[in-house]
Amino acid sequence: MKRKHKRLSFVLVAFCLLGSAAALMLTAFEENIVFFFSPTDIVEQQKGADDRRFRLGGLVEEGSVDRSGGETIAFRVTDISNFVPVQFTGILPDLFREGQGIVAEGRLVNGVFVADEVLAKHDETYMPPEVADALKKSGQWKASEPKTEY
Amino acid sequence: MIAEIGHFALVLALMVAIVQGTLPMAGAATGNQRWMAIGNHAAMAQFLLCAVSFGCLTYAFVVSDFSVMNVVQNSHSAKPMLYKVSGVWGNHEGSMLLWVLIMAIFGAAVAAFGHYLPPGLKARALSVQALVAVGFYLFILMTSNPFERVFPPAANGQDLNPLLQDPGLAFHPPFLYLGYVGFSMAFSFAIAALIEGRVDAAWARWVRPWTLAAWAFLTIGIALGSWWAYYELGWGGFWFWDPVENASFMPWLVGTALLHSCIVVEKRDTMKAWTVFLAILAFSFSLLGTFLVRSGVLTSVHAFATDPERGVFILMLLIIVIGGSLALYAWRAPQLKSTGVFQPISREGALLLNNLLMGTATAVVLLGTLYPLFIDAISNGLDKISVGPPFFNAVFIPLMVPMMVAMAIGPLLPWKRADLGRALRTLWLAGLMGIACALWALWWQDGHSPWGIVGIAAAAWLAFGAMSELAERIKLFRVPFSDAMRRLINQPRASWGMTLAHFGLALTIAGVTGAGAWRVESVQTMAPGDTVTVGGYEYRFKGAQDFTGPNYLATAAVFDVYKEGDFVVTLKPEKRVYTVRNFPTTEAGIHTLLSGDLYATVGDAKGDGSYVTRIYFNPLVVWMWIGSGFMVLGAVISLSDRRYRVGAPKRSRMTAAAAQPAE
Repeated sequence: MKRKHKRLSFVLVAFCLLGSAAALMLTAFEENIVFFFSPTDIVEQQKGADDRRFRLGGLVEEGSVDRSGGETIAFRVTDISNFVPVQFTGILPDLFREGQGIVAEGRLVNGVFVADEVLAKHDETYMPPEVADALKKSGQWKASEPKTEY
Repeated sequence: MIAEIGHFALVLALMVAIVQGTLPMAGAATGNQRWMAIGNHAAMAQFLLCAVSFGCLTYAFVVSDFSVMNVVQNSHSAKPMLYKVSGVWGNHEGSMLLWVLIMAIFGAAVAAFGHYLPPGLKARALSVQALVAVGFYLFILMTSNPFERVFPPAANGQDLNPLLQDPGLAFHPPFLYLGYVGFSMAFSFAIAALIEGRVDAAWARWVRPWTLAAWAFLTIGIALGSWWAYYELGWGGFWFWDPVENASFMPWLVGTALLHSCIVVEKRDTMKAWTVFLAILAFSFSLLGTFLVRSGVLTSVHAFATDPERGVFILMLLIIVIGGSLALYAWRAPQLKSTGVFQPISREGALLLNNLLMGTATAVVLLGTLYPLFIDAISNGLDKISVGPPFFNAVFIPLMVPMMVAMAIGPLLPWKRADLGRALRTLWLAGLMGIACALWALWWQDGHSPWGIVGIAAAAWLAFGAMSELAERIKLFRVPFSDAMRRLINQPRASWGMTLAHFGLALTIAGVTGAGAWRVESVQTMAPGDTVTVGGYEYRFKGAQDFTGPNYLATAAVFDVYKEGDFVVTLKPEKRVYTVRNFPTTEAGIHTLLSGDLYATVGDAKGDGSYVTRIYFNPLVVWMWIGSGFMVLGAVISLSDRRYRVGAPKRSRMTAAAAQPAE
């Protein structure tokens, strides 16, 4: 092989690799992308009604947490304007509290969001950016929301 | 007073860094020896000033000086001493101070041990190092001063985030930063080489130990971080493909590629421009990682309180450093000509394949991590998406399989021109073991995880491949046994390092596969006396009792674990509430066996003495950390190789290399 041909073969190998990686990624994106909706999106625009997994973000409504169902816990996630009932089976993250911003992942089943994952943060002053945006969109964002700095 | 000294020392360090960033560079350009020599002294001075500054902040934490804002926010007088000290870097301001300290340490190391470096290269590298540091000094002094006072002084502190009060995490940030910042050395040498327009074997021999050290530190940092997530967060997992985790993983992938391409530059005098590019990229990804963690632009489970202003500053720094260095690269790289010829089937071909795979893997992780940002920007904030573990697993795992296959073959190929069939014949045992493990996994598992079978087979192939390669090198069973043993002892340490690191990766893959594909999980409400069987082990819940720790209240549950009627161990998971912040944490009860971890956590009390409990069986998971240990051990042994020891290239060789004009 001439030097030029060798270089060409390397370029071909590189393209095959990148090409198959791109193909893998496109199919994976197709199947595994999870959208994020706020309670207002779900209630007013019927988002998430197509049985696809999505993420729901907002605040845990004060006084809504019901632990009477054994390991299944029911609560409501709100962006103040609207709320969505949520069900979760398992142990909630340590920082799950009423009034805390959370992100849950799961499906909507008969109007109830059945979560299989509730995301925990390591820091009680942290607000997931999506939750902050959802609150801003619903016009409920207040300057007194958990501040990022003391 | 102490805090003011620390602050002042930091300002002085900035001034020294400005001098170090300009004069030696100008000296190297004009041939002014005295200006070039300033670099050494400035690097030492910078290191001393940073050490003083860091020492002052540490002192403020140790004596709990609550007139310093940072101490008030992150410490408490009742906190154990270890966490008072680790609190220094357990917060944003302090961690940035640690960053510049480590940068200064690396700079001082070049000044102290770089006697054999060509003076021009050394002066320029020190200047580049200082210029990057200037950006970080400005960042600290302008947006995140750790020495800010609070008046009147607080009576007591707000305590460190309890999740961070843990031995695993106390040392996680320093190692991670040693890795991140370690790549700044390769970066500085790459920029210096671009300015000089010359990259040769001596350059590669210089960059390699720094890269290897940085890579080893980063490996320790990532392993500690995943270990911490595994036992502290109580989710039974160790890796979530979270943006913050990916941020540390990308420099690791690029660093791995850089390690391998340096070898090609050194031995074959080719792939030069590519290696310089990788050196720039490795540090760029370190900076990107810092930006992602510090700016909070992405939703991360590991995110801490962030400040947009800081994010913008780091973004600017990122654009200047990465943009500037890539522009310089585009301008100067065409001058770096290679002489070596290249056959596809050869050692260098295999190393190139490593680079291609590592590069592709990095691109995948980068796109997956940043994709939500693109969508957010394109849709004007209307569409928000997240890309989680299913995506990364679907793309990353298929990429790793050819990687593992090639990794066993590559070291068997000689330089220049190799015979693939011969290499494959040496690997008959590895192939056999791979098939055997696949069959065993097929028989043992429930039959729902094809990737589990592939992963175990690949791990066995690589582990036995690495050992076969060693056996081949010492001619085991082909020469008398004593001769083989003598050859074994006389193997160069760099080859030992390679064998150990590759073997370690095989163990890590086995651990990841086991815990990823065959984890058993069970959530239930248990009253005292109840039993549940998970992964073949029977857990008997004995009840729970409350007790008081140094700065927390805790509920400890007690499980007796039996296997086929025989007592195995008592697990005591806890639920703690740290009183100062009223912050709950979960302490998992873990019993580690080579076959897998028994893992129990306890949740909410149900009032009648019963608790929600979550129990896992995580097969093979401990192998992941044993494997990481092997990789680090390999790096350390390789670093002790006389040929690569920092400053080792002999003077005669260096002058010979320096005398040759750039090709």
